[in-house]
Amino acid sequence: MEPALLSPAAYKFFHIPTALFALLIPLAGTAAFAYIMKRRIDPLLKAAPDNRFDQPLARIWRVLKIWLAQWRQPRYMMAGVIHIFIFAGFLVLSIRSTSLVFMGFWEEFTFPGFGGTFGHIYNVFKDFAATWVLIACVIAAIRRGIFRPERYAVPARYGKDHTGEAVFVLALISTLMISESLFEASLAAAQIQQLQTAEFVAPGTLAWLFRNMLLDAPIAKLQSMHITAYFIHDLTFFFFLCFLPLGKHFHVITSLFNVFFMRLERGNIKPVRHGVTDEQLDDLESFGVKKFEDFTWKHMLDFYTCADCGRCSDNCPANAVKRPLSPRFISIKGRDYMFANFPLGGKDVVKDKDYQLIGDIYHPDEIWSCTTCGACEQECPLGIEYIDKIVDLRRGMVDEGNVPQSLQKPLRALEKRGNPWGKMEKKRGAWVKEIAEDAPVKLIEKGESADVLYFVDSISSYDDRMQGIAQATARILAKAGIDFGVLGKLEKDSGNEVRRFGEEMLFQDLKAQNTDAILEAGVKRIVTADPHAYNALRKDYDNLPPVDHISQVICQEVEAGRLSLTAANGDGKVYTYHDPCYLGRHNQIYEDPRRVLDAIPGLSRVEMSRSRDRSFCCGGGGLMLFYEPEEEQRMGVLRVEMAAKAGANVIVTACPFCLVNIEDAIKVAGLEGRMEAIDLSELVVQHLAA
Amino acid sequence: MEILVCVKRVPDTSENEIELNGAGNDIDRDDLVYSVNEWDNYAVEEALQIVDKVGGGVTVISVGDDESEEVLRREMAMGADKGILLSDDAFEETDGRGIAAVLKAAVDKGNYDLILTGAQADDGAAQVGGMLAAMMDVPFASLVNTIEVDGDKLKIGREIEGGNQEMHEISMPCVLSIQTGINEPRYVGIRGIRKVASVEIPTMGAADLGVDAAAVAARVKRADYFLPDLGEGAEILEGDTDEIIEKLIELLKAKGGLK
Amino acid sequence: MAQIFSYILHKDGVVDDTALELAAAAKKIDAGATPNAIVVGSGDSLDAVCNEMVASYGEVWKVANDAITYPDAEMIRKLLVNILPADSILLFAHEHLGMDLAPGLSVKMDSAFVSDVVDVEGADGATLKLVRQEFGGAVSAHVTCDASQGAVMTMRPGAFAADESKGAGGQVVDKSAEAGDLAVNRKFLEIVEAEAGDVDITKSEVLVSCGRGIEDEENLEIAFDLAKAMGADVSCSRPIVDAKWLPKARQVGTSGQTVKPKVYLACGISGSFQHMGGIKGNPFIVAINKNPKAPIFQVADVGVVDDMLDFLPELTEKIEEL
Repeated sequence: MEPALLSPAAYKFFHIPTALFALLIPLAGTAAFAYIMKRRIDPLLKAAPDNRFDQPLARIWRVLKIWLAQWRQPRYMMAGVIHIFIFAGFLVLSIRSTSLVFMGFWEEFTFPGFGGTFGHIYNVFKDFAATWVLIACVIAAIRRGIFRPERYAVPARYGKDHTGEAVFVLALISTLMISESLFEASLAAAQIQQLQTAEFVAPGTLAWLFRNMLLDAPIAKLQSMHITAYFIHDLTFFFFLCFLPLGKHFHVITSLFNVFFMRLERGNIKPVRHGVTDEQLDDLESFGVKKFEDFTWKHMLDFYTCADCGRCSDNCPANAVKRPLSPRFISIKGRDYMFANFPLGGKDVVKDKDYQLIGDIYHPDEIWSCTTCGACEQECPLGIEYIDKIVDLRRGMVDEGNVPQSLQKPLRALEKRGNPWGKMEKKRGAWVKEIAEDAPVKLIEKGESADVLYFVDSISSYDDRMQGIAQATARILAKAGIDFGVLGKLEKDSGNEVRRFGEEMLFQDLKAQNTDAILEAGVKRIVTADPHAYNALRKDYDNLPPVDHISQVICQEVEAGRLSLTAANGDGKVYTYHDPCYLGRHNQIYEDPRRVLDAIPGLSRVEMSRSRDRSFCCGGGGLMLFYEPEEEQRMGVLRVEMAAKAGANVIVTACPFCLVNIEDAIKVAGLEGRMEAIDLSELVVQHLAA
Repeated sequence: MEILVCVKRVPDTSENEIELNGAGNDIDRDDLVYSVNEWDNYAVEEALQIVDKVGGGVTVISVGDDESEEVLRREMAMGADKGILLSDDAFEETDGRGIAAVLKAAVDKGNYDLILTGAQADDGAAQVGGMLAAMMDVPFASLVNTIEVDGDKLKIGREIEGGNQEMHEISMPCVLSIQTGINEPRYVGIRGIRKVASVEIPTMGAADLGVDAAAVAARVKRADYFLPDLGEGAEILEGDTDEIIEKLIELLKAKGGLK
Repeated sequence: MAQIFSYILHKDGVVDDTALELAAAAKKIDAGATPNAIVVGSGDSLDAVCNEMVASYGEVWKVANDAITYPDAEMIRKLLVNILPADSILLFAHEHLGMDLAPGLSVKMDSAFVSDVVDVEGADGATLKLVRQEFGGAVSAHVTCDASQGAVMTMRPGAFAADESKGAGGQVVDKSAEAGDLAVNRKFLEIVEAEAGDVDITKSEVLVSCGRGIEDEENLEIAFDLAKAMGADVSCSRPIVDAKWLPKARQVGTSGQTVKPKVYLACGISGSFQHMGGIKGNPFIVAINKNPKAPIFQVADVGVVDDMLDFLPELTEKIEEL
């Protein structure tokens, strides 16, 4: 039986078999794509090493969840659902599109397993997929082109808007969908006209619509439409493939890899250089990222992978208060640099030896503005990381001596005195005296020993107000009958921010002193009320006894019945819990503090819209207290306003830095008397049963 | 341009709580930590920036005991090429004039176009730079907060009252004492200091310098430290507003709060 | 004891306040002495200055020299070396001219040098017993000075109560002819005026600092009026900067400027740790706050419990009346 229409593999165009074009287009397209990819991979080969091949199972799990299941997409419901439809459609249609390429010169081609019933089922499915992708593209284009959500806007200082590229790509995808459907519909229409067995076209699909429209079309017209649709698809397909690595749609190719290689742990900081131990640091010629090749290959892959979706910046507190930092543009400027300096045609641009990224594409204030709260990384649907890049850039600046004056004094004081205020070491444990009668605290500096070490850290040791947290913590531990002590003058700053501000050697120094003191003390367990210390001791230190945050301890003790809490007194207070970044996002402790609050009978508690892993940074801890950013307002003020909006009049937090920032912000926001802030430990002490 | 910067190791007030000792005649020196005098640090940064622009070398020099080597190394980690330590038991009890005489002897052994000092030190008297210039018979300017190189001359600004600036043209060689805020000194971390840890710092004593005992004999001596009687805690002024204001004005006058 | 000379600061015919303070200091060194004054400059106003000084000094040495239209330390040092007898005791005010001039002068005169003297406890023969402050004023020190070969000293302005007795009945002695060669290798060019509002509070000796108690941007005028009357500068706490009522350069605190004034008027400032962290050098702190429980009262030397918006204008008025 004659086929209803000649296939591209059999058709002749002015005596030239179109199969020839169908063969040449993929060959040329694949060759061009291979060359482009080689140029894109070139910089990664010059990059700093990165250890991303560990824990393959955990990595595969990330791929299944974050890449395949698009786990983070629905955090932005509208955009997320549109993306899931396009992504799923792509996965389905990739098989069809690839087999179409082969069918152009090999008429009978089918992928193994797609010949029989499964092939028919797949065909129905892909018809629907093409339809929903087209609909999603139209909606997406309207959204981007007409409604223009604010987070996609590009401030003038960061370069040009990317809407054009986005809409163009949506048009390319639509072209693929339409041409594929026309290719199929024209054949089906011809088959029906010639009373042949036609491939089933699912009702309601794009192909079905086209087929019905073409039922009366002349065969000659159907034939040319069939061939034309094929080649439009073929050309668009390879054009699209080669176009992807030229812009933000590179993520279509790189996302799978980027998610596989994404960071598995949170709260930790990359070593100065992978493969170089702390003991070998002195041998390194240079620290941190100064020139582009100092980035690791994963960080470069991040730049390629950024889809410019703006979710990082939309959640970035620094961006929210108009500090000169928008994490999205850390990536985009990195990608622009790569495209410009590793051009597709021509040689790699060689920078002179004094060249520094800081001052060219990045700016010191931009890099110092980050509080390392981690909201950007929590949100990124592609596993792009920012904190390690920021820290590496800071390491480079510190190594060059390029440190803001406001940070130099606390850093020097940390070096000399072990705390950023330059206070005397011997006064570190002075806060214990005031509570000596009702909650005696053992001083390990005086040779006493204890089962549990309470690691206080600098701010709760020295700041008059925050000493309240230290004293409350001590009272709770004493009430729970825990045998505990503090290091006193043997304790130094945990160095959480010292490390995150890029002063690695000073951090190593503090870490060594603390580690010696802690191991020497012979304690079995460590408790701290400072999430920054908690994070550092857990993520940055090695071989310490287990570390708990006081909220975990209180939760255990309350639920085990060893601590009982008296009821709230019905004074009309409405509490809300503010998740500290270093307790929540970086260490996933979200529930324990809430369970403690809920264990206070009659306590009325509301949630802010931004809570748990979307908590909003109070303004940053440690050295961030000393940095003077350019900003339009303070993060803490925004946070206090969020609490007010939630209907709360007491903000409970579990971090001394949060308390400093929020108490200050209450004053700045003019909410004194209407809003108060309290640490969880202080609140618990108020409710300790006699 | 060859620049010599004179630096001093001091207990920085921002890292120490300066208190009297038990006997009440000296400051409590048990828990002091020392660093380079803040003004000197600005002077070194300024020297480095000048040399960056016009070429040359920067030498840092200090009169002090062996521990002063620490501050010399910190300044070398900033970028100074050489450090010289002037140390001798004979220098320990001297006064500002003696220090200037010791520095003068060391300056004579080199060939410097420009000598910088800090404008003052927390435990000092803002004197050594001016004395050194007089001993060398070269021009001097204090409280310098801008320097522009113009051939063998410098155009400099001095910080005077009200944030105004007194501009001068000054011939080299000369001595300038540097005011804070003239620049933003670069940061030096532990890593920077370790990099210069093994660089040798020559030490010169009185004999090497040809300084005799008479030149360093102190005419000005600190007898003791004491706490001026300022009263304790906030005294809440009582009475009606006029009485309070009267008392307050008296207090302000006494404390130099009214000009 | 050797003859004591005071170097008189003057500008446009107006004698600086320190002139009478130096007279007082001289009498503390030697109660029986009649100190002399040195007045250097040019133009018609010089005589007026000299004539004013005869009431407080024994001899007023006038040196008129057209080369010294601006008080240039390098030239004046040369001039003083030329005219002064050896072994003299010379007093300067400890300000930018004194700091520029005096240390080198002591070397040229081969005399002892003491700077920033805040008190004189007396003399024992040729040994002077003086008081200085160190470590930003955290502690004071007794200093002995061997003035047997003369001495040059700078005295802290405001530390000595001006000698208003004006009974010296002195005379003007014209020493202009003895000035000698004044060629120097430093040339005064000009004064560059600070931009309006460009105040460096880290160098201010007296600060009127306002906090949230100011309530409204328009009320800032109250603080500026007081500062003007006192000869002080205006600083503030962070909320004022956050509200963009004053520039960041005026903020005192750990995230702002570190100031080392002698007197600090904290008006409507609660006294947070962050704010107090920016105040060094143990200044005399006056707290004015309507909340008697404000922590600022813990750290202040003197407290006034009142609304700054009411209290400050009255204080300004009284100071202006002085």
